Amino acid sequence: MVDMTAPDLDLKTGSIDDAIANLKEKFPDAVSDDTRAGYGGVIVDKGQLREVAQYLKQNLGFDYLSSATAVDYLGEGQHTTDDHLEMVYHAYRTSGGSALVFKAQTDRDDAVVPSLVPVWKGADFQESEVYDLFGIKFTDHPNLRRILLWDGFHGHPMRKDWKEPYYEEEAKPFGSRWPGGQVHRAEEKTIFGKNVQYPADIDLSRLTDISESKLYEGFGMGVDVQKVTHDGVETDQLIVNMGPHHPSTHGVFRMIMRLDGESVRDLEPIMGYLHRNHEKIGERNTWLHNIPFTDRLDYISSMGNNHGYVLAVEQLLAHNKRWKPPTYRAEVLRVLMVEMSRIINHLWAIGFWLNDIGAFFTPVLYFIEERERMMDFFEAVAGSRMMCNYMRFGGVFADLPERLRSTANLMNDRVRDYNTMQFLTEMINERIPRTIDDLEELLTENEIVKVRSIGVGILSKEDAINYSTAGPLLRGSGVAYDIRRADPYSIYPELDFDVAVRNEGDMYARYSVRVQEMRESIRILKQILPRLEYTANESATANNGSHGDKAPLGEAYGRVENGKGELGYYVVSAGNKRATSNPWRYHVRAPSFINLTPLGAMSEGMKVADVVGILGSIDIVLGETDR
Amino acid sequence: MELNLQELSTTQYPVPADMANNVAITSLSKLYNWGRRNSMWPMLFGLACCAIEMIATASSRFDFSRFGMEVMRATPRQSDLMIVSGTVTKKMIVPIVRLYNQMPEPKYVLAMGACASGGGPFKEGYNVVSGIDKYLPTDVYVPGCPPTPQALLFGMIALQKKIDGESLSLMDDVPWYGVGPSEPTPVPILGPDIIDPRQMDMIRRRAESGARQADTAVMDVSRELPAWRSPALATGAVAEGGSGTATASAEATGELTAIPGGKAPWEESEEIYEQRRINALRRKAIRASRRTQEG
Repeated sequence: MVDMTAPDLDLKTGSIDDAIANLKEKFPDAVSDDTRAGYGGVIVDKGQLREVAQYLKQNLGFDYLSSATAVDYLGEGQHTTDDHLEMVYHAYRTSGGSALVFKAQTDRDDAVVPSLVPVWKGADFQESEVYDLFGIKFTDHPNLRRILLWDGFHGHPMRKDWKEPYYEEEAKPFGSRWPGGQVHRAEEKTIFGKNVQYPADIDLSRLTDISESKLYEGFGMGVDVQKVTHDGVETDQLIVNMGPHHPSTHGVFRMIMRLDGESVRDLEPIMGYLHRNHEKIGERNTWLHNIPFTDRLDYISSMGNNHGYVLAVEQLLAHNKRWKPPTYRAEVLRVLMVEMSRIINHLWAIGFWLNDIGAFFTPVLYFIEERERMMDFFEAVAGSRMMCNYMRFGGVFADLPERLRSTANLMNDRVRDYNTMQFLTEMINERIPRTIDDLEELLTENEIVKVRSIGVGILSKEDAINYSTAGPLLRGSGVAYDIRRADPYSIYPELDFDVAVRNEGDMYARYSVRVQEMRESIRILKQILPRLEYTANESATANNGSHGDKAPLGEAYGRVENGKGELGYYVVSAGNKRATSNPWRYHVRAPSFINLTPLGAMSEGMKVADVVGILGSIDIVLGETDR
Repeated sequence: MELNLQELSTTQYPVPADMANNVAITSLSKLYNWGRRNSMWPMLFGLACCAIEMIATASSRFDFSRFGMEVMRATPRQSDLMIVSGTVTKKMIVPIVRLYNQMPEPKYVLAMGACASGGGPFKEGYNVVSGIDKYLPTDVYVPGCPPTPQALLFGMIALQKKIDGESLSLMDDVPWYGVGPSEPTPVPILGPDIIDPRQMDMIRRRAESGARQADTAVMDVSRELPAWRSPALATGAVAEGGSGTATASAEATGELTAIPGGKAPWEESEEIYEQRRINALRRKAIRASRRTQEG
């Protein structure tokens, strides 16, 4: 048994190397360095995984489990000789600093790993996802289920030997397409004319077994009505289903609730209705191919998604001899775009949240005016309104045009032929601040907003950390954790801004954090303007492609503070080569997905009408939740 | 084809002079279509990224209520138009088909964006349906990823034009002008993979023949098959002089053709495609002849 003595304060704030040294000292048999080329962190024997995790959390201060995912090393050949599955965990201290990476290996045929939910509740959904996609079973997991696909789906699709119906080759570009490819439709090559394949032992007589009622039973919510007694009066508990088609679920999200009168007793989120196989496709793509796919994760702030991904891959590419980092101007442009995206994101988050608590679409219509202006700006710079596909490894796609000219947008066109810098100056100094002032005037002291949101959906500080929440949800619960400050990237260290925090942990606190963050974003943008001017002669695109198209072997984890929280990309370049043109593993640590973990706990005891508000205050986007 | 009041009141039928400006005469089809095209209520139903552009289209800058679509209804029972705005996944197609079945006729489907039209960038994904038209009859396809609000408006105007062309006399073309309600679309089943009930027979026969082979072998065979247009290639023409892989696939499929009393699976799909093609051509011809009559 491990000695769980009083926590050592020095160890809790020391460097990652100190922590690893201490860990190896404490668990000499179970912990060893990960010595593979380009890898870092430690490999933990899975038999003692939970003890090591407990020690990390309690004694070394790693209270925040950011990401938990798996990698399949089937036939990889370079880093390992045996085929195995590997769990990869990234843990942080909420006081700041970089990640401690630890891994646990398990056999492919009998994949079992102890669950870390008893240590960090934030592992709950992530382990379910790994079980769903990789087939690793987690012992002592409270609710292990197929979270993205459905019960009865054949196989675990993220395993390397699982092939999708339209499978052509392991990696792009496919031979049928390039060079000298021809146009064909994938449907024509399959028997059923559809994207389906069935195992040979399919039993068509058993299909009705997998039904909705079984789903309800799986959650311990039988379809039979349960009787409860209140003050001698017997009442029925009611099961209510919301979604996947529901106007307040922000897309195709689904919740099953057990209600006692108007109060929620139990809530289970069900997702996967927009699971579009981002990661499997990402592993077939080349490194560059993935940038437009990241746009479609959190489709409200595509620029931020680009940023996280290029940061992750740039960590790998930095080992390349030819590598040149992005120019200063490129970094400035990146921050400009990302902060504008954050404002758009928060405007919409607040707008949709108000939809949920009763202000049907009017606030959104107020905010959409400035959003449309910024969309026009994005369109003029990147070529597309929403899916900007703007950042590149080593720079950005294009510099700002001198004048904003929108040829596509001939209707209601407000920014046709406008000086770019003048437009930005007006936006940043006048228009956006004015919109936020309007917003605050209408909402911040609004009686209805306050009554509906203060004290509703409370998440305590401890729970917020334990559940691995991120973004405004975490900061609304009193944790001053913003990656731009805690683990800075890009040019954020030289920018002056504050981290918005509220201590109440309710819906109103999250709203206040978002408003404050928009004001901080404006502060950042105001510092960006002079930087744009004095770097005007610098090139933002000079170092694009200085790296070649292959990434050296290794792993990398890039994370950014996106509008919705910590967006992380875990990429692995592996294979029996010196460098690879396709990721071996491409994982997205999606804030929308992990922020949903405490939804059940937050909704318990709340009224059913508040649940939609709580969901709105978390601010999810289904493209990112389900990926 | 907007209704022109001048045109309506000057007809071939004798109208008393004192009523000339008070009576309008038109065909019933025109009147039906006129009402329908200008009060199209879309379902408030977003799937993915395109939904955001759909909201932008509905809101103040683009404002599709200018075309009679101001009311987005959250329930399918009050909607005429399903805008499939985003990637359709196998898990989601089940509720989508149910929603479609719940919509009262006449009902229309607009596939918004690349994903809904044909799978889009996510087409190769194992959980992605290659376009909503694999399950539901689709009226308009709007390209784009996502389509701009202007493109969506264009698609809706195209749908209005399509409605203008409907006629009470062509019940094959417009099923809701027939007698009684149309058959509901069978709801897909989530099995080992998504199962379209219309293909159940095919799946069953294929499972029976494939049971002799290993799981992966069956799947590989399906990939090696040539396009449906040339089933002759699979049945032997290639086996004599083709390349190694083609021979292998011909051998393997030779195994599959031995279904007692049945056709080879691809022949069945060939028939389905052929039937669809013939129907499409027939509809096209009807529309063309109608246009010439009107013109």
